[in-house]
Amino acid sequence: MAILVRIPTALRKLASGAETIEVEASTVGGVLDGLREAHPDLVGQIVGTDGKVRRFVNLFANDEDIRFLDGLETTLESGDDVSIVPAIAGGR
Amino acid sequence: MNADASAVDASVRPLELWPSVVELVGNTPLVRLRGVTAGLSDRVEVYAKLEYFNPGGSVKDRAARQILLDALERGDLADGRTLIDSTSGNTGVAYAMLGAALGVPVTLVMPSNVSQARKDIIEAYGADIIYSDPLESSDGAIRLAKRIVAEDTEGRYYYPDQYANPSNPGAHERTTAPEIWRDTAGRVTHFVAGLGTSGTIVGTSRGLKRFDPSIQVVAVEPDAGFHGLEGLKHMASSIVPPIYDRSAHDRLLPITTEDGWDAAETVARLDGLAVGWSSGASLAGALQVARELDEGVVVCIFCDHADRYIAPPRSRS
Repeated sequence: MAILVRIPTALRKLASGAETIEVEASTVGGVLDGLREAHPDLVGQIVGTDGKVRRFVNLFANDEDIRFLDGLETTLESGDDVSIVPAIAGGR
Repeated sequence: MNADASAVDASVRPLELWPSVVELVGNTPLVRLRGVTAGLSDRVEVYAKLEYFNPGGSVKDRAARQILLDALERGDLADGRTLIDSTSGNTGVAYAMLGAALGVPVTLVMPSNVSQARKDIIEAYGADIIYSDPLESSDGAIRLAKRIVAEDTEGRYYYPDQYANPSNPGAHERTTAPEIWRDTAGRVTHFVAGLGTSGTIVGTSRGLKRFDPSIQVVAVEPDAGFHGLEGLKHMASSIVPPIYDRSAHDRLLPITTEDGWDAAETVARLDGLAVGWSSGASLAGALQVARELDEGVVVCIFCDHADRYIAPPRSRS
C-alpha cells in the first residue's frame, strides 16, 4: 500500500532533498523500515540506537499522533500519509 | 510600620512599588546549583540565572521590551500600527504581554507545533496568532512573516524582526550582563547560553567582556538541524540571524536533544528547578564546561520554566 511520508525541512538533505517520499507499507513501523532501505541516515535521526523512536520526534498518521493510536503498530491504508515532526515536549 | 516586628518574617524586605509590568522585566535571580554539580571541585561554582522570574516567564521579555520601547520611541508603532513578528513561542508571549500593557496590538507568526501552553497564554493577552507549517520549524515562521509584511501595502504592520533587530542583543548587553557581573561581584569566569536568535549570547557577551575581556562565553547549539530543543537553532542548517556575531562566543558546544532533556529532568529532581528543554541544553553545556575546570564561576541561563511545555489534556486538542 502506498503511503505518503512528509519529510520536515531539517531532514530533507538526508532524503535527497525530497519533501515527500512514497513508501509501500501497512503500518507506521513498516514505513520506517521502508524508508531505512533508501535513506538509512534519515531514519537514523528519527530512531535512536535503542531502536525506539526518539523522544522528541512525533509521528503523525493522517494528522493523528501515533502515541494516541497504536504506536509503530498503527495500521495504514493506501493513500494515508505520515508526517515526521520534531516534537514539543508532551506531544504537541 | 507594624510596631510588632516579630510578626513580620525576616524575608519580607522593603521593595519598591512598580509603575507597570514593563518595569518588572529583568533583575532575575542567580541561583547556585548544588545538586547537579555533585562531584565537581568545591572551587567550581555553577549558577543559573532564572529567567522565568521575568513577568512573561522567559528570557524573551528582555528583548521584547527593548524592541517595543525603541520602536515606540522612534514612532514605528504610531497610528495604531500592529506589531508582527515570527517566534517559536516565548518572544510571542513577551510581545503579547508587553503589547497589552503598552497598548500596542500584536500579531504573531509561529509554527503550529509550538506548545499548546504558549498558544493559550498568547491568546489570553489578546494577541492574534498566524500559524506556519510545522514541518518548516521556525524558519517557516520567518518566511511567512516576511511574506505577510511584503504584501502589507497599507502599512498596517510594524515588523521589528527579532532576528535582525539590534535592540535584541542590546537588551542583554545593557541588562543581563551587568546583572551577572553585579550578582557574582565580578567573579564570573564563564557564561553559557543557548543559540536561538543569538540575542542572549551576543549581547551578554558584549556586556560581560566590557567588564572583563577574559570571561569565556560558550554558546550551546543543537547537534543537528532536526532536534527537540525548542527555541534553539542549529546555525549550519538554519537561516542565520543577521544579529548573530560568531566572534561573540569563544566556544560553540553541540548538545544532543536527549542530553538537553535529561539535564532539564535532572535539575528538577536534584535542585528543585523545573525548566524547559533549552535551559536543559544550557545546563548540559555549563556542566561540561564546569567539569573541565579546577576553579571558576560558571553562569548559565535558564530561559523558561517547565510549565510552558506541559501538554494540555488530549480532549482539548
